[in-house]
Amino acid sequence: MRRILMTCLLAWLPLQAMAQALDAGVVVGNESALSIAIVPMPYQGSRTAPAHDVAKVIRDDLNQSGQFKSLDEAAITEKPLRGADVRFAEWKKLKQDFLVVGRIVDGADGNFSIQYELMDVAKQQSLLSLSMPARASNVRRAAHQVADQIYEKILGVRGAFDTRIAYVTATGLGQGIEYRLMVADSDGFNPQTLVRSREPLLSPAWSPDGKRIAYVSFQKGSSAVYIVELATGVGATDPVSSAKGINGAPAFSPDGTKLALTLSKSGNPEIYIMDIASRSLKQVTTHFGIDTEAVWMPDGQSLLFTSDRGGKPQIYQVSASGGEAKRISFSGEYNARATVSFDGKKIAMAQGAGNVYRIAMLDRSFGGSGRWQTISPGNLDESPSFAPNASMILYATKQGRRGVLYAVSADGRVRQRLVLSDGDVREPAWSPYR
Amino acid sequence: MKTQLKIALLLTAVLLSACNKKVKEEAVDPNAGSATSEQSNAGDQGSAIVEEGAFGPSDLDSNTCLRQRVVYFDYDQDMLKPEYQAIVACHAKYLRDRPSARMRLEGHADERGTREYNMALGERRGNGVNAAFSANAADTGRIEVVSSGEERPVCLDSDESCWSQNRRVEISYSVK
Repeated sequence: MRRILMTCLLAWLPLQAMAQALDAGVVVGNESALSIAIVPMPYQGSRTAPAHDVAKVIRDDLNQSGQFKSLDEAAITEKPLRGADVRFAEWKKLKQDFLVVGRIVDGADGNFSIQYELMDVAKQQSLLSLSMPARASNVRRAAHQVADQIYEKILGVRGAFDTRIAYVTATGLGQGIEYRLMVADSDGFNPQTLVRSREPLLSPAWSPDGKRIAYVSFQKGSSAVYIVELATGVGATDPVSSAKGINGAPAFSPDGTKLALTLSKSGNPEIYIMDIASRSLKQVTTHFGIDTEAVWMPDGQSLLFTSDRGGKPQIYQVSASGGEAKRISFSGEYNARATVSFDGKKIAMAQGAGNVYRIAMLDRSFGGSGRWQTISPGNLDESPSFAPNASMILYATKQGRRGVLYAVSADGRVRQRLVLSDGDVREPAWSPYR
Repeated sequence: MKTQLKIALLLTAVLLSACNKKVKEEAVDPNAGSATSEQSNAGDQGSAIVEEGAFGPSDLDSNTCLRQRVVYFDYDQDMLKPEYQAIVACHAKYLRDRPSARMRLEGHADERGTREYNMALGERRGNGVNAAFSANAADTGRIEVVSSGEERPVCLDSDESCWSQNRRVEISYSVK
């Protein structure tokens, strides 16, 4: 009896966590999304069943990308488990482009295995037939990896569901306020505290190998930049930069050896590049205006940054070796905090007009001064961060007095809120591939 | 014009005190700030200079002017508004009167716009107030400017009534 109770409790707890992490439903639909049915994948082993509904995780992932519209579980009439059992006529009737069937079986060492098949309904063809090992302690991760394989097989682009996000939470008020630098799965599950502080934390930035996060803490009274190692938590007490004035906006270079950051030790915020091993500094910008929020272009040769040298904040590009900066944002009265896609073609930023701030995307692949698209509704949207495959963007906004995070597809058509904690959530940063 | 005259008077006071230690430093009228609008109609006019002793730490809690420790700014602006000159002037006098005192100016921004840009904006506001202290002959070597950006709001609603309270520089003393 007691054992049954425990089993029920263990099965129930993750469900509660699940209810907490993702907001129900997609905010905006995408008419051109590919239809895909993910048939429920029952557990056919002899041990305690996995704590997560694998088919649902895959369904939610694909929906969130904006490129797929998965069939509601309630609308699934037939539930085949193997490709050989599929009657394609049924799925044609349901107007599905693709179909995934599968089941969970026992694997070695108490772990599981997700055996699944992806089918093209129109061609009546199997596209993938794979077995994905799943650690009993982290079945969700294996489900994300399956979603990545499906995404890549159909779209030819690597999936980014098996990635993580970093963000900052603030809970409590006044003297009791506590800030945390958190790391969670890309869909907001498995949140873990990396740094805890009584003073503000901001600007987390991932190292390209995903093993370290640079961020800003006020623990010493004013801002300082830290680099903390995820596996050990080492680095959270010893800043890599605590010069007089502002120490902010860290960004790892694509090769991970350097850190771009903002320092105002000269009396004015300028962009510097720090060699992380030696901590030696090289000044990149020299201007009496505000220069901050540097991000690297993927080739590591140049940086984008925010500057108000023209009067209002705009995005500029400068060579990593310094020299003249060129303005690249020519739409909107306020553009700041750029994030760059992996191929360097798309640049998203916080764009302000009056009291309304939205995420705007500049696509430079069309040449000229680029093509603009607004991908979030406002009113106080900021801190955009590209997924490593550039299919989605995370950003922060406010609902009432609370900070919340949204994931939006890069075309702005599908938007979903990540509900990550009871407190204020801000400063999202999408990890590189794992 | 009035401000310039006030600064000139203060500078004179400093110079005099440097030449002759017996000459008392003269305090700015603590009510000068609130009286500004009334006086402005009467053309150029100096502030009332009240003969009183040098400021001491107890004045920080009792003096009407010294008790004012926050100056506010317009959106995306770092210029010290004229109505806050009097506050800077009396704190500048405090710094002159107390050579051991050390001041901290903490600049803040409202939540609109990005956090790191607001960090820079907060510092710029702190620097603006620091410059006003310099113009009031305060030893800025004893003033530390820090920025908290938008990270330490005093008011949390997303409207101008809160934003105007959050765009500020707070004056505090690390050594009184």
